[in-house]
Amino acid sequence: MSEIKVKDKDIVVPGEVVALGMDIFPGSGTYREGENIISARLGLVQIDGRTIKLIPLSGRYIPKKFDTIICKVTDVSLNGWRLDTNSPYQAMLPMKEATSQFIPRGADLTQFYDIGDYIVCKIFNVTSQKLVDVTMRGVGLSKLKGGRTIQVESNKVPRIVGKQGSMVSMIKDATGCNIIVGQNGLVWINGTPENELLAIKSIRKIEEESHLSGLTDKIKEFLDNGKAKPSV
Amino acid sequence: MTYKTRADGRKFDETRKIEAKVGIIPNADGSAYFKIGNTWAYAAVYGPRNLHPKFLQDPSKGILRCNYNMMPFSSSGERVRPGGSRRSKEISMVTEKALLPVLDLVEYPNSVVDVFIELPQTEAGSRCAGICAASMALADAGLAMKDLVAAISVGRVDDKIVVDLNYLEESYPDGPVADIPVAMMPNQGKITLLQMDGLISKDNLKKALEMAKKACKDIYEIQKKALKEKYRTEAEEQV
Repeated sequence: MSEIKVKDKDIVVPGEVVALGMDIFPGSGTYREGENIISARLGLVQIDGRTIKLIPLSGRYIPKKFDTIICKVTDVSLNGWRLDTNSPYQAMLPMKEATSQFIPRGADLTQFYDIGDYIVCKIFNVTSQKLVDVTMRGVGLSKLKGGRTIQVESNKVPRIVGKQGSMVSMIKDATGCNIIVGQNGLVWINGTPENELLAIKSIRKIEEESHLSGLTDKIKEFLDNGKAKPSV
Repeated sequence: MTYKTRADGRKFDETRKIEAKVGIIPNADGSAYFKIGNTWAYAAVYGPRNLHPKFLQDPSKGILRCNYNMMPFSSSGERVRPGGSRRSKEISMVTEKALLPVLDLVEYPNSVVDVFIELPQTEAGSRCAGICAASMALADAGLAMKDLVAAISVGRVDDKIVVDLNYLEESYPDGPVADIPVAMMPNQGKITLLQMDGLISKDNLKKALEMAKKACKDIYEIQKKALKEKYRTEAEEQV
């Protein structure tokens, strides 16, 4: 007697009944009320066998364990750095997680990272109260020198990265820029000024058209067109 | 004397013309407008974001802060003095209490969700329009919500029970009037705001609330359509 009332990739709003019956399970973004499964947020329906879940379309980034994010240093204290994570919560980078170098007692920490620097780091712990600890130990985690940082919607990061990083590596190849995408919606781009602009434009395009199919082909075409003309 | 036809020719259970749109303020995390007749409400949601001063933080859940503001030129009569007033403070408070039951903010401890409701022009029913706009803006901001909130004022003008009173009816001179703003979770049928100004009998109140329930369901459909429209147009424009 169960019935799914929505199709895959439908957009649902809070309070909408998405399915009836006890043999369908509520996934993330939904809840059960009696026999009904009801949407608990604005999102895109994803039907996975007998489970219904919602993919969020909007909202702030909330720190999650093992995410690689780009942060701005906001404060330097005695035992580490305080970072702005582009979320409601700040992160702490303790001294022992900051670098593989030996830091002597009483050293001036600003020589490693100063206020205003952007760094790539990895979240290694988030408490229930959203105290965030990050580390710089790992491959590709470093301070960002030069380039520019732009902000995108964090929900669209998976589309910007693409499957196995296909989308971002396509932009990298086409523009010759270095690009690092943080899970928190900050993207760092480094290249020649024209190419940086082209990369930014294509990322904005992905952001706008993220729920369309055939996105990869469109962006490929966009990049080819952008390169052919003498870029602005 | 009885109240025979409504001043603007509406049926007794008919609302004024409603227009709603989502995603109107790019800077905000979520935004919407809700226009009902000559009452226009714009809502912008920011957050969840860091909350200061620190003593306001709640470690068990995020908090909601609402701000209702009528613009100086918004009323048809005198200029509204800018800044907070006793009235706007009360309405901000009841708006917050009307919206809180649907929100789930346990995911965001120590943070705040700010809702700003601005009214560029008003003609009765402004708190209801504000709540409708705010609930759409909260959904647009991607917050976890059990349901949307729809609000409408019902009441009695002389011997008739009416939905969505306008200013002429609110200040009807020839008989008793009751103005009852109601906010509801339309799918659950639960009331989150109920205020009254005036006099009404128990039976009539029950009838009025039934009418409010029906009107709120209609408003929910409009809100739903507006929310879907934002993401649908984005998707279809490119095809």
